[in-house]
Amino acid sequence: MTQWSAREHHRFEAAGKPFVYLVPSAAIFELDEAADAVLRTLSEHPRTRDELVDSHPSGGGEVDAALAELARVQAIGEIDRPAAPTPKVIPLAPFPLTTMVLNVTNQCNLSCEYCYEYGEDKIVDTENGKQPKFMSEQTARESVDFMLKESGDNKVAHVTFFGGETLLNFPVLQKTIAYARQRGEELGKQVDFSLTTNGTLLKPDIIEFLAENHVGVTISIDGPKEVQDKFRVFHNGTGSYDVVAPKIKELLQRHRSRPIGARVTLTSGKMDVKRIYQHLTEEIGFWEVGFAPVTTAPNRGHAISDSGYDEMLGQFRDLAYEFLEASVQNRHHGFSNVKETLEELHKGVSKAFPCGAGLGLLGVATDGDVALCHRFAGSDSHQLGTVRDGIDRDAQRLFLESHHIANKTDCSRCWARPLCSGGCYHEAHTRYGETIHPNLHYCDWIRGWTDVCLKIYGELAVRNPAFLSQFDDESMKEPVS
Amino acid sequence: MNHLRSVNRKAARVERATEPDVVALQRTGLPLLPHFPIGCSLVFSPGWEADRTGGTAGLCQPVERDLFDCHIGCYWPAQVPDQLNHAPDWTSKCAAAQKDWRKIDLVFP
Repeated sequence: MTQWSAREHHRFEAAGKPFVYLVPSAAIFELDEAADAVLRTLSEHPRTRDELVDSHPSGGGEVDAALAELARVQAIGEIDRPAAPTPKVIPLAPFPLTTMVLNVTNQCNLSCEYCYEYGEDKIVDTENGKQPKFMSEQTARESVDFMLKESGDNKVAHVTFFGGETLLNFPVLQKTIAYARQRGEELGKQVDFSLTTNGTLLKPDIIEFLAENHVGVTISIDGPKEVQDKFRVFHNGTGSYDVVAPKIKELLQRHRSRPIGARVTLTSGKMDVKRIYQHLTEEIGFWEVGFAPVTTAPNRGHAISDSGYDEMLGQFRDLAYEFLEASVQNRHHGFSNVKETLEELHKGVSKAFPCGAGLGLLGVATDGDVALCHRFAGSDSHQLGTVRDGIDRDAQRLFLESHHIANKTDCSRCWARPLCSGGCYHEAHTRYGETIHPNLHYCDWIRGWTDVCLKIYGELAVRNPAFLSQFDDESMKEPVS
Repeated sequence: MNHLRSVNRKAARVERATEPDVVALQRTGLPLLPHFPIGCSLVFSPGWEADRTGGTAGLCQPVERDLFDCHIGCYWPAQVPDQLNHAPDWTSKCAAAQKDWRKIDLVFP
């Protein structure tokens, strides 16, 4: 007689009810008692229909109906008919470019010890390398033309200015925005602008310009003075908190046209996520705060250890439940990590690639070389063309072929792969020396965090489903860090 | 579905995509895959169907087209005259079935 077995899934409970997250479809279903009992029994080991009926008090009719529905959504299957392998589909070229990250300079007035661009793990020589220290106005214009051309039929193009410290090249940034506006109008496209800065060079006329031009601003800041000054220091070693705090407050006061977010790098030494969040939102006034563990080789002093990831997960969980309570009451909460994951869960994203790098997102180095993303900008071995000659389609196809989730055998049995897909290419490059390597050092953290977000999602689906409808808006885009 | 409730958008899509097919094509038992019978009904040429009231007036081909489908493309000799031997001119006045079908007359052997 046919034996049934559970297929890949992750069961979780929220608001007192059982749910299942299916892999690889990323569908989320709430289960009733009978379906939950059948799925749990089959998760232990395969059974025939009659064995299931014997062990379930609800009776044959209930078990048959639950079996049929679970089979229909492929939560279970007949044991001699294994799930068909997910087809390896490479997106067709030319894939429209959504976001171009323009590294307008590779210089910085801070020397944060953990920085991936200048620290011990750097990829590109920004001091004596071939890249100019500042992007010229000419290259920036060529980049805008490249962007508008490669955006295909998209009506909106996003340009993110990045560095180094972005505002060191403010004159080019200003002219680029004016040029992109004008070209966008001529071509009937809307161009959206954002930038990331350390905040040290903000001054009234710059703030005025950013506000008037609706430029989205993300500030790299690590938290209260004692935390910020530990790593985010000037070249002479002085902490930057006292310089940036008043400037950021001034920015937040004047720039009201777009919500302004903080982007925190977490290191081994500063893990008080809740305190950092509270400081940046309540005491400084940020609308949103996003946290990211530092990208580094494992042997550095600031690298987060395994136990550090556990600690971080605990703190993220606490803050995520704070987010949940606020969201149930329709109050704003600015913990952006949870919001981003909730959006992906809501849509049921199942990724073939961990992010849009090399696909809908590209980074441009100061000389106009196009790379996977801003973190690889200027690196010859991760180049995908130039803004003058366009995207190197062969290199792009080769990259996508080799980095598809189907090639990552380590991930093939992980239930969190629809969201993670192996994780950041740059993190992998720094840790393992190759972009193709899955980030095995944070698997437990990813699964733990995805589980937390699934529970929050389930709670919201029961307690305030209207909250989730905000994620139906397709215009939201992922921030660059 | 009675035992599972779609929660996210993907689940709703999975549910829509796995809607059971029309009951007539349904295989009983598990898994619930549509059962396709063999024979003429695999040929979905327009004209086979009736609309939901059983009428044929609104279809894209007149029901009379069925006659020709069977006559030429199928093996239904019993239902139409033997055009090779007995009634070679049976359809000579019927240039377009949709318009001229009334001109096809009965044939008595």
